[in-house]
Amino acid sequence: MSQHEKSQNFLSKIKSNRKKRFSEDSVFRATVLLIACNIFIILGLIIFKITQGAWLSIQTYGIKFLWGTTWQPFPPDPTVPPSFGALPLIWGTLITSAIALLLGVPISLGIALALSEFAPKSFNYIISFFVELLAAIPSVIYGLWGIFILIPFLQNNLYPQLQATLGFLPFFQGTIRGSSVLTGGIILAIMIIPTVSAISRDVFAAVPNSQREAIIALGATRWEKARIVMGYGRSGVIGAIMLGLGRAVGETMAITMVIGNSFNMFTSLFEPGATLASIVANEFTEASSPPVYISALMEAGLILFALAIAVNASARLVIWRSTRKIKEAEML
Amino acid sequence: MNYKIIAVTETIILAAAIAGFAVYSMYFTNQPIILSGAGATFPAPLIQKWSAEFKDMTGVQINYEGIGSGGGVKQFTEKTVDFGASDPPMKDSEFSAAPGTLHIPITIGGVVPIYNIQGIPKGLNFSGQVLADIFSLNITRWNDPKIATINPGATLPDAEIIVCHRSDSSGTTKVFTSFLSDESTTWKNAYGAANVINWPPQTIGGKGNPGVAAAVRQNPNSIGYVELSYALESNISYGKVQNAAGHFVEPTLETLAVAASAMSLILPSGDASWASVGSYFNLHNVDDADNAYPIASFSYALVYKELNVRAGITLDKARALTWFLWWAVHDGQHYASGLSYVPLPQAVVTHNEATLRMITFNGQQVNDWA
Repeated sequence: MSQHEKSQNFLSKIKSNRKKRFSEDSVFRATVLLIACNIFIILGLIIFKITQGAWLSIQTYGIKFLWGTTWQPFPPDPTVPPSFGALPLIWGTLITSAIALLLGVPISLGIALALSEFAPKSFNYIISFFVELLAAIPSVIYGLWGIFILIPFLQNNLYPQLQATLGFLPFFQGTIRGSSVLTGGIILAIMIIPTVSAISRDVFAAVPNSQREAIIALGATRWEKARIVMGYGRSGVIGAIMLGLGRAVGETMAITMVIGNSFNMFTSLFEPGATLASIVANEFTEASSPPVYISALMEAGLILFALAIAVNASARLVIWRSTRKIKEAEML
Repeated sequence: MNYKIIAVTETIILAAAIAGFAVYSMYFTNQPIILSGAGATFPAPLIQKWSAEFKDMTGVQINYEGIGSGGGVKQFTEKTVDFGASDPPMKDSEFSAAPGTLHIPITIGGVVPIYNIQGIPKGLNFSGQVLADIFSLNITRWNDPKIATINPGATLPDAEIIVCHRSDSSGTTKVFTSFLSDESTTWKNAYGAANVINWPPQTIGGKGNPGVAAAVRQNPNSIGYVELSYALESNISYGKVQNAAGHFVEPTLETLAVAASAMSLILPSGDASWASVGSYFNLHNVDDADNAYPIASFSYALVYKELNVRAGITLDKARALTWFLWWAVHDGQHYASGLSYVPLPQAVVTHNEATLRMITFNGQQVNDWA
């Protein structure tokens, strides 16, 4: 058979199969779409079940749950009903996440810039490997390391120094405790570094080389080149930060082990605190009675869920708006 | 060659072989007796040691799950396990929901104040009132006169006390705060006794005994409370506590056994409600308790008096279960001190013997060897 006959043969086969292929296509398409739609079902069921579980607490405490500051599942006087309010938990979640971003983001951006702009290839490879290794460590290991190595180090070395130099600020006053909000924030900062730096690195790597060549041709220094790269990848970097924030907000095990677990409207970062995730981790296992107790923990979970969705949604919004701006700028 | 036929034949042969083996193992081998239990985490290591030894001895397999006392009582009441285990005795409401429950003390636990003060070894004296004041932050410095008067000779630092407690829901917290509530009305009215306490702010919560011990170890001038076995096994300073007779008693396996012996004088009958025993041994009205450590409690096995109330139980299973419990409170106690558990004193064992003789299956007494 000649080459020509072979291809003719093949073409006629395809033609004869066209009808069958069409039906196969539509079946495949429908199946894949159905599988994709599962995500709505799963998300919907999660929201439904958590809300259902939290309903008793929502009915009992209403909106006041958000700014109540007592958490008393078993009041000393048995005739008094239990009372729950989540403000110290929300406060703890927000502050520890803020510390994590404040400390973690500059380091992550530094890593990402070094990798994409400055480092030689071999060095690049090693650093990427270790950063990704950091992401693979289970969070309970971070917690153990936090308790046995990080806390003693911070408490004996860094914190007294910090208080000596910045002690005039209200959030560095009071007795220094190792298990504290600041330690929680530091652990979270370490944990978000892999996420933020890996995504930022990819974002910087995706900046077209023409941009770099153009700015260098204009006589820019390396720092100026890095600034252009950062500006170009801004939306991606914000997305990376938001993903890091998402991890910080929801992190449970490690922070439970180092934050000090105190239901406390802290002002000093050396005080112990608690987060929405940590209270669920601590109290859910044996919370059998009263029913409103489980429900209140569920509501804490629901707030956490809402917070996570809000973080993600705002990340999308920021990315969407800044990409639109860039596109507009390019069109001019 | 038709591969389909070969594949189908192979599948049929394989399925037949598996089915045949299943039938064979069901009918032609001795089926082992398997018992299930669930409940308190505190006695879980001891019960697991017992299961291993008992299986070597008798072939009976005991699967125990440490899911917490509350869960144990729930599963026992719903009759989904052969026996339950709980640190506190059943409350009156729980007891009436599970009529015919027998309480069998299987081991003794104690809660111990631990502290970390530079230059002060173990053995600092505490009274219930002082502990209540410290944990409610009414005493805030170590050199407070209330601490100093019960510790003549100790040079206590002029330093802020850092209070550490359990952050997870815990029977240890319940035992400790029950003691504080009985010793101090201020404590009782402000915090009460429960598995989870609304602790004063600025106190540090640690997860589990290891979490509290780590918090105490890391924070200078701190105080916390842990299970006795944990204090004995980890190298940490722990204090003496004043008992009802006014003595400051060091927590040891012996002083806890003394407390249990004293308590055995006022224990209810095995088939009655044990709610009156409470979360810890209140020995205010008991003589001969001079050397009893005050913050001690039993851990209980819960079993039905008439074993046929649980579906699927056979005479063999009933005999195995009763035998296991009998063995656990007698020979099984030899394994206790090796794992830092307190062996039951003879008075409690005798009390348990009477309880175990009450067990019946279809109206017949089960432990005919006793």
